[in-house]
Amino acid sequence: MLSYNLLHNVAILSINVANQAMNVLNDESIPALARALEQAYADPEAKGIIITSERPEFIAGADLRMILNNNGKAPEELYQLSRSLNTIFRKMETNGKPIVAAINGTALGGGYEVCLACHHRVAINNPKALIGLPEVTIGLLPGGGGTQRLPRMIGLEMAAPLLLEGKKVSPKEALSLGMIDELVDSYEEMMEKAFAWINANPIAIQPWDEINQKTGKIQAKENYKVPNGNILSPKGVQLMMGGTALTMTKTNENYPSPIAIMSCVYEGLLVNIDRGLIIEARHFVKVANSSVAKNLIRTMFFGLNEVNKGVNRPKNIEKTEVKKLGILGAGMMGSGIAYVSAMAGIEVILKDVSLEAAEKGKQYSQNLLEKAISKGKMSPEKAEGILSLIKTTDNYAELEGADLIIEAVFENPQLKAEVSKAAEVFLKKDSGVFASNTSTLPISNLAKATIQPDKFIGIHFFSPVDRMQLVEIIMGKETSDYALTVAMDFVKKIRKTPIVVNDSQGFYTSRVFFTYTSEGIELLKDGVNPVVIENIAKQMGMPVGPLAVSDEVALDLAYKIAKEAVENGILSATDTAYQVSKQFTEMGRLGKKAKAGFYTYPENGKKYLWEGLAEFFPLKEEKIAVEEIKKRLLYRQALETVKCVEEGVIRKYLDADLGSIFAWGFPAYLGGTLSFVDTVGIKNFVAEADRLADTYGERFRPTEKLRAMAEAGKGFYE
Amino acid sequence: MNVAYIYDAVRTPRGRGKSDGSLHDIQPVQLAQQVLQQLRERNQLDTSLVDDVILGCVTPIGEQGADIARTAVLAAGYDQSVAGVQINRFCSSGLEAVNMAAAYIMSGQQELIIAGGIESMSRVAMGSDGGAMMMNPALIAEHKFVPQGISADLIATKYGYSREFLDSYAVASQQKAAFAQQNQRFSKSMFAVKDDIGQEVLTFDEGMRPDTSLDSLAKLKPAFETIGQMGLDHLALMKYPELNEIKHLHHAGNSSQIVDGAAGILIGNKAIGEKLGLKPRAKITAFGVSGSEPTIMLTGPIPATQKVLKRNGMNISDIDLFEINEAFAAIPLLFMDVLKVDASKVNVNGGAIALGHPLGATGAIILMTLLDELERTGKSTGLASLCIGGGMGIATVIERV
Repeated sequence: MLSYNLLHNVAILSINVANQAMNVLNDESIPALARALEQAYADPEAKGIIITSERPEFIAGADLRMILNNNGKAPEELYQLSRSLNTIFRKMETNGKPIVAAINGTALGGGYEVCLACHHRVAINNPKALIGLPEVTIGLLPGGGGTQRLPRMIGLEMAAPLLLEGKKVSPKEALSLGMIDELVDSYEEMMEKAFAWINANPIAIQPWDEINQKTGKIQAKENYKVPNGNILSPKGVQLMMGGTALTMTKTNENYPSPIAIMSCVYEGLLVNIDRGLIIEARHFVKVANSSVAKNLIRTMFFGLNEVNKGVNRPKNIEKTEVKKLGILGAGMMGSGIAYVSAMAGIEVILKDVSLEAAEKGKQYSQNLLEKAISKGKMSPEKAEGILSLIKTTDNYAELEGADLIIEAVFENPQLKAEVSKAAEVFLKKDSGVFASNTSTLPISNLAKATIQPDKFIGIHFFSPVDRMQLVEIIMGKETSDYALTVAMDFVKKIRKTPIVVNDSQGFYTSRVFFTYTSEGIELLKDGVNPVVIENIAKQMGMPVGPLAVSDEVALDLAYKIAKEAVENGILSATDTAYQVSKQFTEMGRLGKKAKAGFYTYPENGKKYLWEGLAEFFPLKEEKIAVEEIKKRLLYRQALETVKCVEEGVIRKYLDADLGSIFAWGFPAYLGGTLSFVDTVGIKNFVAEADRLADTYGERFRPTEKLRAMAEAGKGFYE
Repeated sequence: MNVAYIYDAVRTPRGRGKSDGSLHDIQPVQLAQQVLQQLRERNQLDTSLVDDVILGCVTPIGEQGADIARTAVLAAGYDQSVAGVQINRFCSSGLEAVNMAAAYIMSGQQELIIAGGIESMSRVAMGSDGGAMMMNPALIAEHKFVPQGISADLIATKYGYSREFLDSYAVASQQKAAFAQQNQRFSKSMFAVKDDIGQEVLTFDEGMRPDTSLDSLAKLKPAFETIGQMGLDHLALMKYPELNEIKHLHHAGNSSQIVDGAAGILIGNKAIGEKLGLKPRAKITAFGVSGSEPTIMLTGPIPATQKVLKRNGMNISDIDLFEINEAFAAIPLLFMDVLKVDASKVNVNGGAIALGHPLGATGAIILMTLLDELERTGKSTGLASLCIGGGMGIATVIERV
């Protein structure tokens, strides 16, 4: 856990949390550190202390399982947890013996807070090491004194972005920001400097502390002058209002921790460090106990890691590798897939009806690579190598021996059947897999046109492919685990995040996404000001308003999909979104591509909501409350996801949550569409859904199974 | 209940609130002191009969700190029995002082009070007193506190006031003020501020720009666009989702000027007036305050006026003249719009856009401007109102006797 060695009259504390993948602060390592420190304080031979690590990283942070396990605990208990850590850190500062952090590698979160509590910080110039306080990114705040020590050390203005954005920096940048004191090239040099500093500073005091002239003890300084201005300086005051406003542009009240961090700085720096640490602990309790922290840690940290590691991959099948990839259709999606695949070192055959069309698709990669070169992110040689991996053709035979072929042609079942038949014969014998990038057409139906339905799978990319992290893998009725393995291994190779769902109309992501746009249209029909609909949707954390995104998807496409659903008896012909998309399609207001939809798109200027909307959807005098608008938009998405779960489209809750966040931007602070149900509380959710159904229509009626879950008091995760 | 009478009212001229302003080398306490001395001299006042001096001051720190009212009482050589209190209800403080004085008199607990205000904005910077409202992140985030300029622009955006409309109002304010100045309409209340050796340092409101035109105003840059774009617009718009943006239309030329100034009004009951041989000029008949939505902040004069009129059984048509503080052009315009008040009755001698807004004193200044004008025109009833930081409004009705 931690070794204690005395060398040249200095106690060297080396951390090695052997039972964890990395050095973390947890229920075992924290007491171990405290004991070793006590030993060093009492050790008459030890004139100073060096804290370092025996592993490549210094300390990667606090163990988030510990935080997650404590979520929901009584505030007093969490408060004591934070206070006990701060007591250890505070004693480091005030014990009198100099303590140096010898930062051999990554020091993040609690790990960097250990460094902040030391009197001096020396780091090895390892460009891969990361230093920072990223707590805010998982809904937390630095609760080990980070919000108090960093601004006291480097000033409010310098500390604010590090605390509020959770930026992680290299040791070199950390030096320039004042986060560390010395940068060295080797472990030996680091230890040398650490010894030298201890020898030169036999009694060490933090700048925010002083020696009490009567007792001789080290205590917190009153009226400590923060570098570049205190809170009450004109700059400080300005930073508080400006910083809060700026933070709100990013969080919109949905994420409590950045404002809590601002409060820690504001309140904490008006008093001495001892009181500041108490204030920080109170705010820490609030955010650590929040549903936002729980959702972010569970879905965005542990969940995302799990999925990226391949939790959905069949365990018993050996590793597969796509070396040669065929892509049918060099449109927007095909060319994007070609780019990300070539970037991962895969040989790509990009086929279209003409060589010219295929070349146009390759041009997309060339443009992206040139941009990377001009930004200095890539060497011309490397770019050339990547580009040379993409071969364009109009000839199916070039696909010979492909491990995987992905068709990305128009969403027309006949066309898809045609190209898959023509291409699949060139797949590598026995092992080749055929995939469709369709976003809506049922995979099982498409598979019917092929010889090997068991090796036919859906790999649904999102646009733009190079920027969208998610891939939705769709299992057809007959798709084999082998095909899934090939798809999973391929997605891993191109470093994207895969969710796996079963076949259905629109699968999971498209299907639930359309409930969001549909409810936006329902609100419009109910006489809500369209500006309000769009702004409230964005305020609650959706990246784009439902009307704007309807325009982007195109209303004729929405109409086409809804029409099929109506014909298949899945959707009622009276459905508002169906009716409105029909009406708009017939009017020629097809959306962004037609420069007219819910919005008008002037040639040179910003789009604006079409004035004509007022005529079709007159505003109602009686206003629907903001909270109600939010609820309607969120509940529709959650209820549709619940149906996907019950119909077996969703195989794992985590896939639903991550899919909702990464595919169409469901708010991460709610943890995803299913975590949202848990966040509201299953009982409340069902009661609210019933109320919404009574008020606005049966589309909000909870399913019987959900009702049963509510009665049992059992949520999806809890 | 006793009646609160106004016996006299004086004010300093308003000096530019910068280091080149004429009052910049006069200490704030000296401005307040000269107001008190003027009242004493003009009324041959036995100061031992004054119960209290209530002065509004919005930035009561530094040399305006530590109860500047009591300090001024002593500096002016008033009898030591006269108390003093400094109050702060932001921009309404000068009028709030009057209302408090009236309430004291009406209740019978005091007989003679001087109410007014002081603000030397060139010496004590606006906002330099901080305050949780200005800097507590949790409160700012929850209540969407923004600077007043953002609120004024939000009003203009929400009610569809164009830049030209606001600028036209500002030009008119300048012209009315210039005309009033030329015709000595301020001279009844205004006295010359003197320096330590008796030289006059300022005899008129020096911020006036009578040659202001729509063209000259069109050249001015919006004052709050930059800070608005740094997140403050977004913060305000979170409460106004029906708006896509805040149009930044207010600027230095259609907003109130930063100035130095002080004012005082002698208020007492009937008996004390008789005892001192003073002739009452008007009575304070109705007054009050109200709170309103704090982000848009500056709409307060409307609910405050409605509340005060209703409580006293009055109608808006009962008011002959109005003084609505020109914190920003949009404020009096909104007042006239919503309460359907004819422009010919409002701020007839210009307002703070032309003359300046010494925060703590303005309320008392506009009330005496109103009274002087009622007397000059032979009219009877006037109402003064100001918008207030934090989302409040104040209104006071006076009636000539």
